[in-house]
Amino acid sequence: MEPEERAPSLLEAIKDFSEHSSPVDFVIIAQHWEMFLTGIGYTLLIVAVSLIVGGALSLPLAVARAYRTPIVNQIIFGYVYVFRGTPLLVQLYLVYYGLGQFEAVRDSIFWPVLKDPLWCTLLTFVLNTAAYTTEIFRGAIEAIPYGEVEAAKACGMSSFQRTTRIVLPNALRRALPAYSNEIIFMLHGSVVASTVTIVDILGAGRILNSKYYLAYEGFLAAAVLYMLLVLIITRGFKVWEKHWHAHLRPREV
Amino acid sequence: MKRFVTALAAAAVLAVATGIAPASAGEKLRIGVEGAYPPFSWKEADGTLMGFDIDIAMALCDKMGRECELVEQDWDGIIPALMAKKYDAIVASMSITEERKKRVDFTNKYYHEPAKFVAAKGSGLDASPDGMAGKSVGVQRGTIHQCYMEKVFPDTELRLYGTQEEVFLDLASGRIDAQIASSLQAEEGFLNTDAGKDFEFVGGDQFLLECHGEGAGIAVRKGEDELRESFNAAIKEIRDDGTYKAINDKYFETDIYGAEPGA
Repeated sequence: MEPEERAPSLLEAIKDFSEHSSPVDFVIIAQHWEMFLTGIGYTLLIVAVSLIVGGALSLPLAVARAYRTPIVNQIIFGYVYVFRGTPLLVQLYLVYYGLGQFEAVRDSIFWPVLKDPLWCTLLTFVLNTAAYTTEIFRGAIEAIPYGEVEAAKACGMSSFQRTTRIVLPNALRRALPAYSNEIIFMLHGSVVASTVTIVDILGAGRILNSKYYLAYEGFLAAAVLYMLLVLIITRGFKVWEKHWHAHLRPREV
Repeated sequence: MKRFVTALAAAAVLAVATGIAPASAGEKLRIGVEGAYPPFSWKEADGTLMGFDIDIAMALCDKMGRECELVEQDWDGIIPALMAKKYDAIVASMSITEERKKRVDFTNKYYHEPAKFVAAKGSGLDASPDGMAGKSVGVQRGTIHQCYMEKVFPDTELRLYGTQEEVFLDLASGRIDAQIASSLQAEEGFLNTDAGKDFEFVGGDQFLLECHGEGAGIAVRKGEDELRESFNAAIKEIRDDGTYKAINDKYFETDIYGAEPGA
């Protein structure tokens, strides 16, 4: 029997269909699953670290803003204004390419950190999300009904006790829906990391596209992965909100 | 109903206006170029495109008797945009490789020159796969150099950038140990500039036929043989009548065409 005459195996048939007939070459995406997995890892790492560190930073900043602490309030306002007033991409370029241009920076003790694209990205993202989160928390603190604070005062709580026992726990709960938006913005914003050589989800997609001169397979795979992550985040928050906002729901009769 | 007809008419007008009609003689020929790859192509402060590729493209159009329009496109999407008919040919120092031939057709080469590593002066870098193991090397994404590094230098940490200019920026700031690119481009676009004065070539010519191909050619969509042949004729013509030499000498000290085909 001639070897050419044998029927193509199922795998070959699928590969041929994917490469020549299908509008999307899904086999080539599947073949690079490891690269996309690394991409998911980097995206999750960047978003998680930024949100945790940025969130922790924003709490004292939000309290200082809400309580109008003199001087400190103005400084924080300036910081928030700069980071909310400029695009994340520009901020990252300034940190990554901008700072690297100065010899003083390159000779300083910070260079080992600023030399690394991942550290540059984390630094920028932390500062960015802290600015947004500060405003979210400040708004929530200011929205606490004054009656609750008065009641705490009547019980003889000190200002510190009022803040930690009454104001913050309630404010954080109320901030949850707005904060879940910030998480999704951060996830979407994290794609700019791919412009400074980090292979996040979009970075993996770009490499796939450029390696095989494809128009959209890499972007499509990235889009699906981002959508899945957003789905998981929104589902998770729904459960969390249900739990945390139990006392705010209309009472069942 | 009337609204539906209006919408339909509007859609038809739009389809004609953005029409993807095949290029034919007499019509403007659109040429895709990069614009971030000096001295082959770069953008002046006022937005005009300059460089060897640009001059060659214009000279070829002149010989073909066609009016040409330059379309700027990021390197990343330069082949997909050709296939999407945003332009009809790519004149952007694109090496003729097997992987690219799967997607597009190429004319004969219009220049050929080797790739080389660039690192800081006195780095003592050994440009061999063992010597480069664990070092970080910057490369423009989707280039022959990425292919070469992945095949020949698997133990080197590869950093991928969108443009060659970004690679040089990070080399200058010391973020990467070395970079690999076309030697002419590295020389004119970096080493001879102020930013590159403390850097030098490391090691000899890097070449792997599978990745580097047979030189830089002009890419056209598959099956557009008429256009490809007229480019080939025009390349031969500018080689013969001295136009090529005049352009070449504007940018380079040696003839970058390389060996004559068949020689």
